[in-house]
Amino acid sequence: MPQKIRVIHYLNQFFGGLGGEEEAGAEPSWFDGPRGPGALLDELTPELEVVATIVAGDNYMAEHLTEGTERILALIEQHTPADRGVELELLLAGPAFNAGRYGMACGALCQAVQSRLGIRALTALYPENPAVANYRREVAMLRAGDDVMGMREALEGMARVGLKLVRGEPILPVEDGTIPRGIRQNYFSVSTGAERAIDMLMRKLSGADFETEYAMPVFDRVTPAPAIEDMGSATVALVTSGGIVPRGNPDRIEAASASRFGEYPLEGLDRLTAETHQSVHGGYDPTYANADPNRVLPLDVMRDLEREGRIGRLHPLYYATVGNATSVRRARRFGEEIAALLVNEGVQAVIFTST
Amino acid sequence: MPVTLSLRKSMVRSLALGDATTLARGELTLDARALANELEAQDERIATVEVHTTLPGESTRVVCAKDVVQPRLKVDGTDPGAGTTYLMENLAVVTCGPIVGFQEGIIDMSGPGAAYTPFSELALVVIELRVVDGLRPHEHEATVRHAGLRAAEHTARRCVEFAADEEEEIHWDEFPADAGLPRIAYVDMLLSQGLLHDTYVLGENARDGLPLVMDPRVVIDTGIVSGNCVSACDKNTTFHHQNNPLIAKLLSGHGKRWNLVGVVLTNEPTRLAEKEASAARAVDLVRGLGAHGAIVTKEGFGNPDADLMMITRGLEQAGIKAVAMTDEYAGTDGGSQSLADTTPEADAIVSTGNANQRVRLPAMQKVIGPLPDITRLAGGYPGSLHEDGSMEVELQAIVGSTNQLGFGRLSCRES
Repeated sequence: MPQKIRVIHYLNQFFGGLGGEEEAGAEPSWFDGPRGPGALLDELTPELEVVATIVAGDNYMAEHLTEGTERILALIEQHTPADRGVELELLLAGPAFNAGRYGMACGALCQAVQSRLGIRALTALYPENPAVANYRREVAMLRAGDDVMGMREALEGMARVGLKLVRGEPILPVEDGTIPRGIRQNYFSVSTGAERAIDMLMRKLSGADFETEYAMPVFDRVTPAPAIEDMGSATVALVTSGGIVPRGNPDRIEAASASRFGEYPLEGLDRLTAETHQSVHGGYDPTYANADPNRVLPLDVMRDLEREGRIGRLHPLYYATVGNATSVRRARRFGEEIAALLVNEGVQAVIFTST
Repeated sequence: MPVTLSLRKSMVRSLALGDATTLARGELTLDARALANELEAQDERIATVEVHTTLPGESTRVVCAKDVVQPRLKVDGTDPGAGTTYLMENLAVVTCGPIVGFQEGIIDMSGPGAAYTPFSELALVVIELRVVDGLRPHEHEATVRHAGLRAAEHTARRCVEFAADEEEEIHWDEFPADAGLPRIAYVDMLLSQGLLHDTYVLGENARDGLPLVMDPRVVIDTGIVSGNCVSACDKNTTFHHQNNPLIAKLLSGHGKRWNLVGVVLTNEPTRLAEKEASAARAVDLVRGLGAHGAIVTKEGFGNPDADLMMITRGLEQAGIKAVAMTDEYAGTDGGSQSLADTTPEADAIVSTGNANQRVRLPAMQKVIGPLPDITRLAGGYPGSLHEDGSMEVELQAIVGSTNQLGFGRLSCRES
């Protein structure tokens, strides 16, 4: 008989059998073997063996999430020294259903165990549990009911998905009943894109069900800031995603999927030239931007405006990155960081050029 | 009398260099010197040409590949879409050389990278081309484009005297007998923005004169030539146009499961007002064809996402059911929004994969093309190329990996 997969199970004070709300302050403790629902896990799935159960109180974990997680990691390491050859393969946390404090503890623990100890981890939550939003990107979550009525079903699902995790098989929300992580994952379909497109259209035309391969996201809409009343005294900065950098690209900003932005001086420069600056953008033909970089970063015009008194002054630094295949998440981070720097320097307005 | 396009196909089963270019029983022998000499003699902008060959399964990496062309030839003087066309199956000409515009790509003939490019399954004649000093990028691009087409024609010309293995006759009648079948149009978006992002339709730059309705047979009879340097993963090479998988499939079911009512070629302009005008015109043309449904394919990414959404929205609002095909840029971790534009009407999307996904490519015994340039390609980055010759790149850098005509099987889903 093949060796069973060794599981550690996390439960709160109630499901771990310590007591109700009066025990919610309980600090983490270690028990050999299964407790409460863990026994059912063992029974349902012969491939798994719950070798230990960690129990902690909901209030204790809610109030000491970081410290509590650290103590649980220490407990696991203390009971599974490498020299004894004891290796845990899977942490199952919960199911925590729609319990907020319990769910947060499960999410934090799963995240810590998989990133710090390299042990696969899974929890089971009701989709509206607040822990879902916090941890779904990093932590695999079975979709559970909202209360304990769904216990048996949740445990069966956890065992099934837990086995797939340990075996390194892909987890698919629709087939496996998990909560989507919001992560897009490539795979090879059995048919070509052209075949799938025709099939989808024929289904759509006949009124049959069809499933889009990418559901439209909802985009942020940014409300413009109020207009500046006196431009003649405003400090204006230049920012560009058009890839204009000092010649030689000192920060080595990538031609696509840029991982950084650069901060560069404009002090003492009246205009950019082909000798001083260049484009490193991979998404457009840089010939004209290289010949005259002011076409993308309009320093020449800004100096005119400054001389004419139409703006107070041009900020002596500019910020540049490459906006080409850059993910929205990363672009948002660049935006937040650049905005913080500009606000800190007292800049009131930005001319942002894109390509 | 409806016109017929007749494709005479010669299957290439092996490829080797030799003293003369001949094709016998599927064995193609190529006189590389004669080919290189002809290319050099025809264009004074060319400094040197090296001709390489590589086969599926070999430990070969082609880097900075620009275009891929299937060798074809018309000898009866007919226009594209009619008459007889000779073509060589399982064979492609690839142009490569120092980069023009960041966006040339990689073709691996074996290993994990090979699964992502359809060209790893073909025998390749690789034209490595260097141009004379001082050439501007646009002339550089044109020189390479012309050389690829000439090399393909040169190869095909020397093989037409040999009997074709297979002949396929393609009939298409926009008014087929069975009027009860769903009427489907195909909207083929071409990247056509100038500045190294150009496509040529019957020899004319697609920036002008589009949208228009075209006979599907013209499209697949080399009616469209790629001249652009958009990211390798989702540029439609000339080979992709010649072998457009949607047209092939729509023609095969034409009059049986559906009626293909026509192909609308449209462009992807750079200015918003032009985008709106082009999209509205494309939708009008589809409506004029009396289509019940339409499939829209895209080339490139970023601002073309807006064109795709405008056309899809316009079709749906005109009561024409639409399916849109696109790849995704969801970040290397897959955690970001995938498109630059969206619309609620686009409820039927076919995804051809996340181009930001990274892939490790082991070192190859043979590298064709300027390897150090790899870090400057879109999809590569400083540090992409490791000392042992292995590399890590985004799929973006692999030719045809997320092709938006639906050429491959790659897709993407939520996890």
